Amino acid sequence: MTVLLSLVLALAVSAPPTLSDIEDEVVCPTCQVTLDQSNAPIAERMRAFIRDRIAAGDSKEEIKAELVRQFGPRVLAVPERRGFDLLAWLLPIGGAVLAAGAVGVLAWRWSRAPRGDPGPLAPELERRLDEELARFDG
Amino acid sequence: MAARLKLGAQALAVGLVVALLALLVWKLVNDEGSAIPSALARGERPVAPAFTLPRLDEEGTLSLADLRGKAVVINFWASWCVPCKEEAPVLEAAWREHRDEGLVVLGVDFNDLRSDALAFMREVGMTYPVVYDRDGALVADYGATAVPETFFVNREGRLVGKRIAGAINSREQFERDFEDGIQLALGS
Repeated sequence: MTVLLSLVLALAVSAPPTLSDIEDEVVCPTCQVTLDQSNAPIAERMRAFIRDRIAAGDSKEEIKAELVRQFGPRVLAVPERRGFDLLAWLLPIGGAVLAAGAVGVLAWRWSRAPRGDPGPLAPELERRLDEELARFDG
Repeated sequence: MAARLKLGAQALAVGLVVALLALLVWKLVNDEGSAIPSALARGERPVAPAFTLPRLDEEGTLSLADLRGKAVVINFWASWCVPCKEEAPVLEAAWREHRDEGLVVLGVDFNDLRSDALAFMREVGMTYPVVYDRDGALVADYGATAVPETFFVNREGRLVGKRIAGAINSREQFERDFEDGIQLALGS
């Protein structure tokens, strides 16, 4: 079973990429949508370039790296997980963790807030309350 | 303690909003690229944004500063752009005719595959210098919106004349605007 699983994984890793593996991760630079959604002339040329590179035996990462070399990082549909672009991944996660922490702290404080007997009223307030109630009763 | 915490959180939130507004204002004020086409349309002569970009026609880089004292025609193009192919012979002819007077035609290729750009240059017989604006920074600085677009820089490094943009509707009009721009850039 383990051997079979290893074989399947090895085949998956070594399998050449297809155009559809890459075109939804690369942006057409003139229309700002992924290649699979664009019919712009440059998108057509980029698809032809990717097909040529696949035929030449390049891996998906090699093809994307070459496109970045030619068009810059803006060609990637999602930011890279390194350098300054790493912030695009870390900030949402950090924000979610902070928000969850804030909700947790607030929920904890609300759950521990004192309830039930609020204790005796101040004498002055008690006197005024008695007067008001007596007026209603009267 | 709770009141101080609340006050601190409110101050932080207000501070963040103010910082974001300041960033927005800074971006709007410093976004000079888009100001160039409107300045040219008003007949002004804004300073041409400086650049240093890698060359496509040979090894190395080329800066606008390298061309100081020369009149420069800056033409943004891409190999997949049909009108770029139509106007390329006019640009080449201008370069050959006026280069001895101190005119440089400079092609700026962008949003293009390098191999396609080199094939295009060979096909149209382009002999003037060409740089590659990989990140589109120069396109943004000049306020160019599409290809082809052409700007004229005079010997003092100022943009002059009309910005010629888009497909050629009338070849005579295009050649007239183009020649007017060249003469303004040359200062004659």
